Amino acid sequence: MQTSIEPTITIIKPKPGWVPIHFSELWSYRELLYFLVVRDLKVRYKQTVLGGLWAIIQPLFTMLVFTFFFGKLAKIPSDGIPYPIFVYAGLLPWTYFSNALSNSGNSLVGNANLIAKVYFPRLLIPGSAVLSALMDFAVSFLVLAGLLIYYRIAPGPEMALVPVLILLTVFCALGVGLWLSALNAQYRDIRYAIPFLIQIWLFVSPVIYPISLVAPKWQWLLALNPMGGIITAFRAALLGHQPIDWFLLHISALTTLFFLGSGLFYFRRTEKTFADII
Amino acid sequence: MSELALKVENLSKCYRLGEREPYRTLRESLARMFSAPFASRPNSSQAPAADTVWALREVSFEVHQGEVIGIIGRNGAGKSTLLKILAKITEPTSGRAEIRGRIGSLLEIGTGFHPELTGRENIFLYGAILGMSRAEIRRKFDEIVAFAELEKFMDTPVKRYSSGMYMRLAFAVAAHLETEILLIDEVLAVGDGQFQKKCLAKMGDVVQAGRTILFVSHNMQAIQSLCKSALHLNAGTITAMGDSRSIVSGYLASLSSMRSEKTWPPQSAPGNDEIRLLQIRVLDENGRDCNICPSSKDFYVEIRFLANTIYPALCVGFDLVTAEGTVVARSYQTDPAPEEWPQTQIGENRWQCRVPKGLLNAGLYYLSPKIGMHNLYWIVDLDAILQFEIILDHGVSPFWNVLNEKNRPGVIAPIFNWKEVR
Repeated sequence: MQTSIEPTITIIKPKPGWVPIHFSELWSYRELLYFLVVRDLKVRYKQTVLGGLWAIIQPLFTMLVFTFFFGKLAKIPSDGIPYPIFVYAGLLPWTYFSNALSNSGNSLVGNANLIAKVYFPRLLIPGSAVLSALMDFAVSFLVLAGLLIYYRIAPGPEMALVPVLILLTVFCALGVGLWLSALNAQYRDIRYAIPFLIQIWLFVSPVIYPISLVAPKWQWLLALNPMGGIITAFRAALLGHQPIDWFLLHISALTTLFFLGSGLFYFRRTEKTFADII
Repeated sequence: MSELALKVENLSKCYRLGEREPYRTLRESLARMFSAPFASRPNSSQAPAADTVWALREVSFEVHQGEVIGIIGRNGAGKSTLLKILAKITEPTSGRAEIRGRIGSLLEIGTGFHPELTGRENIFLYGAILGMSRAEIRRKFDEIVAFAELEKFMDTPVKRYSSGMYMRLAFAVAAHLETEILLIDEVLAVGDGQFQKKCLAKMGDVVQAGRTILFVSHNMQAIQSLCKSALHLNAGTITAMGDSRSIVSGYLASLSSMRSEKTWPPQSAPGNDEIRLLQIRVLDENGRDCNICPSSKDFYVEIRFLANTIYPALCVGFDLVTAEGTVVARSYQTDPAPEEWPQTQIGENRWQCRVPKGLLNAGLYYLSPKIGMHNLYWIVDLDAILQFEIILDHGVSPFWNVLNEKNRPGVIAPIFNWKEVR
């Protein structure tokens, strides 16, 4: 607790256009962020029979279905490693990304009553949605560890890159989530567009297929989709079946930062109107 | 004079009319975004167009440290908008406000409660939402639980709470918010009578503690007892500010010029999509509107409302208020035994309440229609819509009639029975 003698002075006045991010204020609300994340986690699997198992079931069954249809029947190549672990290593960041995206995209509308009645930095709402999805990610990561043992694949030193890749995925989900949540506050069309967007996004990301399926000179196009470079690097870092493609990863990192920066910009610009329009 | 806690200068807020931003399509907005990404948004500082409404207009006032200011006014006068701007929930269109000290706002009680979480978890979550630190909540936890009288239910999800328990818990947390400045919007109207008294007492303690409070309420009695001064807002501007007693009586007098009947057109009737108040009037025994009612005759309050859904917890009634703002009585259709309650019908309902003769003293009275969900929230909560006069003439004693017709003390004037005891 601060024990300042000088009282804090707040000035309220209309702020035109672009509003910078108030980092010290965000920091002072860190406990609320914590409680919002905890709330999401506690509520998610309340009154379900399987509880946290859902975090495993979702990617595991997707993997089985994909392995059967895309690996066995369609015979999609998998860079020389068993298709199940190939697709699971891609599904892992993808499932996190898609969950984080749909949670954060709907987060402002879902917390409309809070926004209309209480003040706190609005960034906390999509932010907590993106963070709380990490729990499922961590649980399903355990399954990957099991698969690695089963297929006797030992990750190399490139594994050190995994935390960075996770951070990039978080940034990307947050950036796009900020856009979607702010737009959703004004245009409820977004709510219906999100599942569709995620579906399309899955197919332009190298989850089911390896990026090597695309001619090398066009691969950079796929990496403009941040998840393209991230998933490819994630797989390479964990399975060690090919070197990390730094060129693609850099492109994806740049587009991630673009999404994050523009998302923050748009969110901050529209934030002050949320309480009036939501 | 103590230091200033709050200084408001020419604060204005303008809303666009109609469904939010009516002529704005996603395509149009995108086009505007890309053509002028750094231009300020049209609904902020620029001159507003014709399809706008000023919720607040050039409001200026000052509040000193430790002052408790009541804010009164009709629905839509801008009271809640003022608090929302000061709480930083929404931005003013123009003007500025300077706040010295940590500010806490209770604009609605229990926002942020999650039904799936337990009482304990919700105390922490709600406390954090109100701006308390975890250490602070932990320190006050026992006090909060004791205040809410819910010791046994801390590990029960609040969705299993009754609505009264839910409100008690929410108020208990909110009451322990210790900011230097507190903005409160009509949060005392929760819980049963006994808990309301406790809330008012707690509010009294808060006032005694020397904190600065802005308090919006329709409860004129609470305003008068808690606040030394008050501010009367009308159509977004300050009509009067000063001693709370004179402001309250001025406000009530401004509301209704001797009117014993009020009808609303169905489109703009107060209420929500499910329940709408269509009409309220005061009738004499013969069913005629009556402005001036003799106390020797019963009179009737008739409420006509539209129901699209049947709620078992619906309470329809009114407050009977004196010219000074004291509530003489509140009456709901649910006051008698359940088998005597009128039944809500889908469509129009017309209910009458008989106010017995020989009860009220002479004077001006107001009627404030109230429709709500039992202990939960208001659907219609209007101040002093009707005004009528009671003429005292039910006396049966020669002394009573002759001497005290005009200046009998008391809000009510019933005739009690006397007998000699040997």
